[in-house]
Amino acid sequence: MADALLAARGLVVSYGAGRLGRGGSAPVILHGVDIAIGKGETVGIVGESGCGKTTLGRALLGLVTPSAGTVVFDGRNITALDERARRPLRRRMQMIFQDPMSSLNPRRTIGQILTEPILLHGLAANRTAAISLVYGVLDRVGLLRHTIERYSFELSGGQRQRVGIARAVVLRPDFVLADEIVSGLDVSTQAQVLRLLKELTSEMHLALAFISHDLSVIRSICHRVVVMRDGGIVEQGSCGDVFSAPQSAYTRMLIDAIPLPTVDSGWLGRSTAETATTI
Amino acid sequence: MSALRLAIEALSAISLRDGNRPILRRVSLAIAVGEVHGVVGESGAGKSTIAKAILGIIPSQVRVAGGRITFEGRDLLALSTNELRGILGRDIALVPQDPSTAFNPSRRIDAQMTDGLRLKRGFSAKEARMRARALLEEVQIRDPERVLNSYPHQLSGGMRQRVLIAAAFGLEPKLVIADEPTTALDVTVQKQILRLIRALQERHGTSVLFVSHDLGVVAKICDRLSVLYMGKVVEQGSTADVLAAPSNAYTKALLAANPRYDRPDSGLEPTPPEVIAALRAEIAAFDRGARQAEHG
Repeated sequence: MADALLAARGLVVSYGAGRLGRGGSAPVILHGVDIAIGKGETVGIVGESGCGKTTLGRALLGLVTPSAGTVVFDGRNITALDERARRPLRRRMQMIFQDPMSSLNPRRTIGQILTEPILLHGLAANRTAAISLVYGVLDRVGLLRHTIERYSFELSGGQRQRVGIARAVVLRPDFVLADEIVSGLDVSTQAQVLRLLKELTSEMHLALAFISHDLSVIRSICHRVVVMRDGGIVEQGSCGDVFSAPQSAYTRMLIDAIPLPTVDSGWLGRSTAETATTI
Repeated sequence: MSALRLAIEALSAISLRDGNRPILRRVSLAIAVGEVHGVVGESGAGKSTIAKAILGIIPSQVRVAGGRITFEGRDLLALSTNELRGILGRDIALVPQDPSTAFNPSRRIDAQMTDGLRLKRGFSAKEARMRARALLEEVQIRDPERVLNSYPHQLSGGMRQRVLIAAAFGLEPKLVIADEPTTALDVTVQKQILRLIRALQERHGTSVLFVSHDLGVVAKICDRLSVLYMGKVVEQGSTADVLAAPSNAYTKALLAANPRYDRPDSGLEPTPPEVIAALRAEIAAFDRGARQAEHG
């Protein structure tokens, strides 16, 4: 893709090389992944547990160092940047976590959690200016202003996830990685969070990598989808194409395994050859 | 209608920690022999409390405030701990939500599977081991000897859930309580587990109470559904009727909020505020009525 904001090429990641003196080869988590995400584009990354989707996300943000391949952000190769050189990029590349309970410091108020990064990245001249930015983002994500005095454990799961979104978007990033951010939520809360995310990406022209195990959720907010299996990509394309005519047997199997909320007495009996091998 | 296996009548429960807040509000549901009954609702709706009340494992801060749970002609709520222990495991078994915490991590699978068979079915150690092996074969585990000799951590989540299902159905209970049994699993594994539960249930004529937050899952496995909101059954009926022609606004809202891969832009409709307001008003009126009945 010519106008890709973030592109990875030939990404290889392996963990635990040579530890415990066992010798042999380190387990390869990603082997040669190519992915590109355009400005303002929402790309879903889907696959079953252990397929490498979280590792791919972490490698895109530079939280995991690949053993081969490159990551290019806004025309610049960022694969091997040291921490110091990477720091200015941190504002532009943000992350929303799966479990806001464990990613929000329980000893700090929501106000402290949101103002700190604003001041750190110099987006406001002083605390007063930072707090007015915080009020703005709270309004935008649908949280009351007095949330600023609350602690994370005083909020509901949906409210905490809105704080996670607020913390990412208040820095006006260009790219956001969201890793399984709705998997613990009820459907109604999930619908609110997805709708908010969809509106924000469109308003801010944000590029979003949306990691999920749930193809239905991906369909509701993503433009494109990347299907992963065993550390590689088996299929990618626009959601319209992939969902209506999946090219790979694996994608088809994943789609067929999703139970729709309709009575279909034959569904349980329908099996694909591949199913038996996955347990 | 075939014979009833379980009848829950006007079951009420309150939270002692939270100002006697009602958790279940006169819940009634009946499960026939060989029927799978789904209890659906969002978190905090009281789904698991129903399951725990049947199993007699209500947490200490919750109290059953009224109602009856009739199983095979006996009110489970009126039984002593010892009498209940005679029924649990033997006639009523549980498939829990999280297969990673349901096992003792320091004992091999064979020890954990044969306990129930020896204690509840009176098998000898050798018979129990042979039965456990046959049960694992029934849930399509290809190498039952290896699994029996394994510790829980050596098995995948899907494999562990198969073992739990084998153990639950292996005691040939009349009723299985399945509390979100596939929530922690990948969709392909989930489908296999659902297929297994249905096959075992049909083969043995078992009745199942299936607790889930997932309308897609209950659509595929349940004969009847109860939709729960704040501890109150807001809709009940055959799965086909409830999902195809829901009569309650909350059920409609749940269906609208559910994302579907076959419909772009679905899953973006939260429950409308007026629906929530109407439900809360209904519940407040119900609670006033209950208080009046109590004091009047």
